[in-house]
Amino acid sequence: MQKYFILIVALPLLGFLINIFFGKKINSEKFSGWLSSLFVLIPFLIGISMLFQLLKLPPESRKIVFNYFNWISVGNFNVDYSFLIDPLSLVMILVVTGIGFLIHVYSIGYMHGDDGFARFFSFLNLFIFAMLHLILADNFLVVFLGWEGVGLCSYLLIGFWYEKKFTGDAAKKAFIVNRIGDFGFMTAMFLVFANFGTLNISAFTGSIAGFAVNTPLLVTIALLFFVGATGKSAQIPLFVWLPDAMAGPTPVSALIHAATMVTAGIYLIARTSLLYALAPTASTVILIVGIATAILSATIALKQNDIKKILAYSTVSQLGFMFIALGTHSYVAAVFHLVTHAFFKALMFLGSGSVIHGMHEEQDIRKMGGLKDKMKITYITFLIGAIAISGIPPFAGFFSKDEILYKTFINAGIIPYLLVLITAGFTAFYMFRLIGLTFFGKPRYDAHIHPHESPGTMTIPLIILAVLSVTGGFIGLPHLLGFNVLDHWFEPVFKNAEMVIKGYTPEAEHSASVEIILIFVSIIVASVAIYISFKKYSKQDKFTEEKGFGKVLENKYYLDEIYDATVVNPIYKTSESFLWKIFDVKIIDGLVNGIAGFSSRLSLDWRKIQSGIIHDYAVLAVSGVILIILFFLFK
Amino acid sequence: MANILSILIFLPILFSIPILFFKKDNVKLIKGYALGISLITFVLSVALYFSFNAGSGEYQFVQKMPWVKIINSYYYLGVDGISLLLILLTTLIFPISIIASFNPIKIRIKEYYFLLLLLEGALIGVFTSLDLVLFYVFWEFILIPMYFLIGIWGGEERIYATVKFFLYTMFGSVLLLIGIIWTGLLVQPFAGVFTLDIVQIATFTTYIPLDKQIILFCLFTLGFLIKVPLFPFHTWLPDAHVQAPTAGSVILAALLLKMGTYGLIRFSLGLFPVAFIKLTPVIAVLAVIGIIYGALLSIVQKDMKKLVAYSSVSHMGFIVIGIFALTNESMQGSVIQMINHGLSTGALFLFVGMIYERRHTKLIAEFGGLRKVMPVFAALFLVVSLSSIGLPGLNGFIGEFLILLGAFNSVNLGTGWYTIVSATAVIFSAVYLLWLYQRVMLGPIEKEENKVLKDITKAELATIIPLLIFIVWIGVYPNTFLRVSEMSVKKVLLNLDNTKIQMMKSIETKPKEPEKN
Repeated sequence: MQKYFILIVALPLLGFLINIFFGKKINSEKFSGWLSSLFVLIPFLIGISMLFQLLKLPPESRKIVFNYFNWISVGNFNVDYSFLIDPLSLVMILVVTGIGFLIHVYSIGYMHGDDGFARFFSFLNLFIFAMLHLILADNFLVVFLGWEGVGLCSYLLIGFWYEKKFTGDAAKKAFIVNRIGDFGFMTAMFLVFANFGTLNISAFTGSIAGFAVNTPLLVTIALLFFVGATGKSAQIPLFVWLPDAMAGPTPVSALIHAATMVTAGIYLIARTSLLYALAPTASTVILIVGIATAILSATIALKQNDIKKILAYSTVSQLGFMFIALGTHSYVAAVFHLVTHAFFKALMFLGSGSVIHGMHEEQDIRKMGGLKDKMKITYITFLIGAIAISGIPPFAGFFSKDEILYKTFINAGIIPYLLVLITAGFTAFYMFRLIGLTFFGKPRYDAHIHPHESPGTMTIPLIILAVLSVTGGFIGLPHLLGFNVLDHWFEPVFKNAEMVIKGYTPEAEHSASVEIILIFVSIIVASVAIYISFKKYSKQDKFTEEKGFGKVLENKYYLDEIYDATVVNPIYKTSESFLWKIFDVKIIDGLVNGIAGFSSRLSLDWRKIQSGIIHDYAVLAVSGVILIILFFLFK
Repeated sequence: MANILSILIFLPILFSIPILFFKKDNVKLIKGYALGISLITFVLSVALYFSFNAGSGEYQFVQKMPWVKIINSYYYLGVDGISLLLILLTTLIFPISIIASFNPIKIRIKEYYFLLLLLEGALIGVFTSLDLVLFYVFWEFILIPMYFLIGIWGGEERIYATVKFFLYTMFGSVLLLIGIIWTGLLVQPFAGVFTLDIVQIATFTTYIPLDKQIILFCLFTLGFLIKVPLFPFHTWLPDAHVQAPTAGSVILAALLLKMGTYGLIRFSLGLFPVAFIKLTPVIAVLAVIGIIYGALLSIVQKDMKKLVAYSSVSHMGFIVIGIFALTNESMQGSVIQMINHGLSTGALFLFVGMIYERRHTKLIAEFGGLRKVMPVFAALFLVVSLSSIGLPGLNGFIGEFLILLGAFNSVNLGTGWYTIVSATAVIFSAVYLLWLYQRVMLGPIEKEENKVLKDITKAELATIIPLLIFIVWIGVYPNTFLRVSEMSVKKVLLNLDNTKIQMMKSIETKPKEPEKN
């Protein structure tokens, strides 16, 4: 089994190599596209077969480790290249390869005719390769390998259309902002190794098991890993790269910047849930950051006009929801929302791609309108996605979001709950603003644009994702409806964390009536938001410039400008005008050249003594003698 | 096999002489001959690698015979795992540098290749000498060919740059020489004879009064730190790099800087461990400043070569921190990082040279959008940049991570803050290299003259591919190389376990009378 399992990463790697080296020569879209897709489909099937392997085992021993080779070995420091398959990583494998496969197929249609077709697919395969390392690794350093690898792919794919000016900026920004997070990740690893002598995750979680709650060391490690997570999963203060990342081709936005890579931070924390259970202070920080990010980006989304930007801010906001779940120690809810979000957000991104494709690269929803009749499949599937994210039952988003709302209410209290609830209302509002402006009302685009439905390679993935967005929620039904498959499935992964949490939180009595009330409240809030939003925007055809707070929102609270003014520019200006031009050139080099100049001047002067005239020498000699005599006389 | 070290040193040196008798116009012969000699040297070094016993940390292939009897100096050679890796790097870099010189070097071709081969032999000499005078002779000898390489084949400001380079390093060398002689004299009472054999000296240096040990350490170390170069002794480097011909920059960055860090391990630490430990805070602080400072200055450079030069200051700071941390992980990290820096920075200078050959400018603002016309070049340039940025899976990460990891827990450094501050450089290195990449490679082509640039040629590929192979190899399977230096690093650190480091740290710096024995 171990031997065959390596194919799960070997095939995407092979796809990358074939396409990057020979893609251009082979010059066949069919070959490149389908080969890459196949090399993601097979890993998906391997994942399915592993699912059955795991199901065969009793729940508590559902943990398979495949050890391949020793990657780094220095003294006591040992890193094995090994994979861990457990219920958590398996779910992630299925999401990444499953949705990954659909998006590969979609891209065959979307990227048709692009010069860099083979290059695009090689990068997509490389991404799958790296992402699987991130998921499967049982060692922080191998996680980091995948973590940086997906960051690289993100960089490459955001900047895919390299001839455009802004793609380079966006790509670079994504990489650098992520590196700030990586700094936290690395420091966390240093602390882990210094104190536990290993970077193996299982060994680490094994050795912290006996620690007291809120030990400063554990809180610090937890917070540092979270810093890493804020980079990759776009949370305050590092989320600014994700909206810009939309400069990449839309399938990339769907796969990397919505469904999979950006959930890496959530996965990392879920993977180390015991650490966060033992560090409730860190969890509280996560909760606060999650809430703040969710609200901040949801409000920005209210006023955006670029269809992809709306979805991007929505993604940031939804990731915030997942962190809220993590912050309230509801790990299953976080992963559940991760999965449903992957379905409906990938769906909507691909839908937006279909719209952009049909509208000849137009992304401004103010210049759309009435597309529902021209692009039926896109419209219906997009609508399903919007309903799902808004939290209307029985669509997928309802169940996962409801679970988060419920857990927030129970574990964090009424105020956090209300904040999350309001954000959920915003979510429904901006989504149906998008729906209203894009698909309803009168056409507002130029007459020469003839919107058309996209080809089958694009619409079939939409349909599949739509089905998943409708049904995906049933894996995690609310407790009052009975059996929750997901809770049961994840039980062995999170049971240690749950036990610790039970130690310091009094067992909340499960009250069916509270759950029912909360469900109704959230349905009402979502419905009202949808109603108001749809009523307003499905008919709007005049647009005025935003004023006041609306303008602040449209300009994203001016955060990029603030970062530039407070961090980027000061560093650059100090480095250039002080460190370089003054300190390095004038002071250090000035000193060096000064010494050199001084000694050469000195020797020039002294050289004059050697005049070659006997008189001079005689005078000097005599004066010397006199000086010596004087010296001894007056000593 | 017994004389292989001598052969490695003197094959390039002796066989450089016939070049002077070749006909001046027979350019092909000169080039082919020089390349041939460097390739043979490379093959021999590979043979050395295969006959080297990595299971031992002792000096191997030792050759020792009396040399200058009057000062009891020996012709004494030997390699351990650390020097072996550096020798392999040297013999790899030279054929590459020779190929990279084929086109750019158009004048005084005979002299040029003659000097290159001399330089190669002398470098191998530096990395194998176990006698202080012998070491010093090779160390100083390096200056001569390098002085001419910059001074004759360099850019417009070459004279200023080469004199600056010469004087700067000469200053350090003079101190080194004083240090060598004085060490010999101070050890004499204990050893019974005046000796320059470092293996022998190392056993006696701790008997020297501590205040004198510290002075000796400083005399040795300052010369090495200038060579590294450590902040604030680095200002010769950007000038030398900018003016040097491509091959000169490659050799300078890949190999000459390593003489400094090698010296720190072999001599500063090997001979004066107590002083080494005592003065760690000073040097570690300078190294950390250099890491950040070099990175910040890289960001704002307008000239590609200067950018890479300042990035070297940053990267070399890592190596110094790793050495002074005195842990197994960090020291191994530093050794592998010496190789990594040689590969990555060497490759970066090659790339800058290729662009320069095409456009005769190195100013970043002159470029933009090259990826469109030079796709293969752009892809390879990106891989090397990523290696320098420290992306896991490529070589740079392995070294950097091991250094930081080891330094974090170092008893000698005493605090993890050096690591934490240094680690911020992972952010800055992404800033300066990706921004460079963006400004040169991405975006639309705005300048007409850039639209016709040729992609990388086969000859150019021949210089880059070998480096790339090792960049990926070390990143994916570093153990091949870590194993070579494993035992030698262990031996270097053997006498310095944590309790001893603690003890040495607490020794007071009061002058003591030398004990008679």
